[in-house]
Amino acid sequence: MSETTLASPAVLAPLRLLGRSTLSALRRVGSVAHFAARGVAAAATPPWFAGQLRRQLAAVGYFSLPVVGLTAVFTGAALALNIYTGGGRFNAEQVMPQIVALGITRELAPVLAALMLAGRVSAAIAAELGAMRATEQIDAMQTLSTDPFRYLVAPRLVAGVVMLPLLTVVADLIGVAGGWLVATRVLHFNPTVYIRNTMSFLQGWDVGSGLVKAAVFGFIVTLMGCFHGYNAKGGARGVGQATTHAVVSASVLVFAADYLLTSFFAHT
Amino acid sequence: MSTVPKLAWKGVHKRFEGAPVLDGLDLAVEAGRSLVIIGGSGQGKSVTLKVALGLMAPDAGEIALDGQDLVGLRGAARSKLFSRFGMLFQGAALFDSLSVWENVAFRLINADGVKRPAARQRAIEALERVRLGGEVADLYPGELSGGMQKRVGLARAVVATPEIIFFDEPTTGLDPITAAAINDLIVEQVRRLGCTAVSITHDLASARTIGDEIAMLNKGRIIWRGTPAELDRTDDPRVRQFVDGRPDGPLTDRR
Repeated sequence: MSETTLASPAVLAPLRLLGRSTLSALRRVGSVAHFAARGVAAAATPPWFAGQLRRQLAAVGYFSLPVVGLTAVFTGAALALNIYTGGGRFNAEQVMPQIVALGITRELAPVLAALMLAGRVSAAIAAELGAMRATEQIDAMQTLSTDPFRYLVAPRLVAGVVMLPLLTVVADLIGVAGGWLVATRVLHFNPTVYIRNTMSFLQGWDVGSGLVKAAVFGFIVTLMGCFHGYNAKGGARGVGQATTHAVVSASVLVFAADYLLTSFFAHT
Repeated sequence: MSTVPKLAWKGVHKRFEGAPVLDGLDLAVEAGRSLVIIGGSGQGKSVTLKVALGLMAPDAGEIALDGQDLVGLRGAARSKLFSRFGMLFQGAALFDSLSVWENVAFRLINADGVKRPAARQRAIEALERVRLGGEVADLYPGELSGGMQKRVGLARAVVATPEIIFFDEPTTGLDPITAAAINDLIVEQVRRLGCTAVSITHDLASARTIGDEIAMLNKGRIIWRGTPAELDRTDDPRVRQFVDGRPDGPLTDRR
C-alpha cells in the first residue's frame, strides 16, 4: 500500500514487474542449484539403490536407442548432402567425409541425442515424479525412512550422465554411417576411401569433447525432469505444467550449455 | 501434568503466501493415547500433521517428541526419526509401481536392510492383521478398491511397530460400512502396538470411535478439547455448530 503513495502506480508498474521477474528468476536459479547439489550429494554417498539405478539405466539408455539411432542416421545423411552441395561451391566436395565426421562427433550427435532425451526422458521423469508428488507418494516415501533424493533423484541423474555419452557413441557411429550411405549410394564416393578419410582425419578429442558434452547434457536433461516433477504443484494440471517446463527448460539449457562448452573446447 | 507428553506442538506458526494456517498451535498428546483433531476444511489439520512428521518446517515454534525438539533435524537424524513414526495417508499414497507386498515391506527393504524373502513374510503377516489374504500380496495398488488400498496403507504404517501413528482422514471417500471396518482396524492396531495415535478427520463417527480425546482446530488454533462423551454435551457454540452441521454460526461468521 505505502509504495503507491511515492509515485503514480502506472509509472512504477514496469519497474515493479522487472524487479519481480528478476527476483523470481534468481530464486528459480537458486532453487535449481540447491536441488542439483542435493541430488549430486545423494548420488555420491551411500546408501545407493542398485535396483532403481538398473531400472533407470534401461529406461534412459536402452529404450532411447531406436529414437537416437533414427535421428542420427537421417541427420548424417542430410548433413552429407548439404556439405557436398555447399562444398561444391569451393570445389571442396571431396572433404565432405571429414566435415560430416567432425560435425557429427563434436556437435550433432551429443546435441540431438540430448534433445531426443529431453523429449523422451525428461518428460517421463517429470510426469512420473509429478504424479507421485500429487498423490503424496513422495511424502509417504519420506515417512518410510527413505530419502526420495536417494531413491528417485540420484538414480535418474546417474543414468543421464552415464547413458547419454553411450548413446552419443552410438549416434556418432550411426551418423557417420548415414553420411557414408548417401555418399556411396547417391554421390558415388568410394566406400573404402570414405571410411579411410574419416578415420585418419578424426582425432580422439573430436569424439571425446562430444562425450564430455553428452555427460553434461545428460545431467541437465534428467535434472530438469526431476526438479520440475519433484516440485509439481496441484493435480493433473500441475503435472502437465511440470512436464512442459521440464522439456522446454531442458532443451534451452542444452543449447546454452552447448555453446558454453563449445567455446571452452574451441581453444583445446 | 508432570509427565512429558509423547508429542507436543508448542506455539507452532505456519504461513502460506502470507496467510496464517497455523497460528500459535499448542497441543500435546500423552503416550499411549489416541487424539483426534477435528475441524473444517482449510483450518490447518493437514499442516498440523505435516509439521509434526517433518514433511514441512514450521515458521516458528517447536515440535517435541518425548520432550526433544525435532524442528531443524536433517539427513540421517531425520530419517532415523521416521522409523518411530507411521503414517496412513488420505489417498493411501501407495507406490503404484510396486506390488502390494513391496509397498508394505518398503521400509523393511529400503531403510532397515531386511532381505526380501523375510520382508515378504513380514508383509504378508501385516496384511493378515488388516484382514487381507496372501492372494493380494502380488497384486498392484491400481487393482485394489479404495477400502483395500486403505488397509494396505495401514499395514504399511504398522509393519515396523511405530511409536506414533498418524492418520490423515482415514475414512474419507469410503462407504459407511467400509469406513466402520477401517475404524475398527485402526483401534485394534493401535491397541495391539500400544502406540500413540494422532488422527485428523471431519468424520465425527470416526472421531468418536478411534479417539480417546478429541480436539477441535479452528483458524490454526485448538479451540476445544475433550472426550468423545464431552463432545456431545458441550455447549461451546463453535463445537455445537460443527457437530450439528449447521451452515450458520460462529465458525462461519465472517466478521
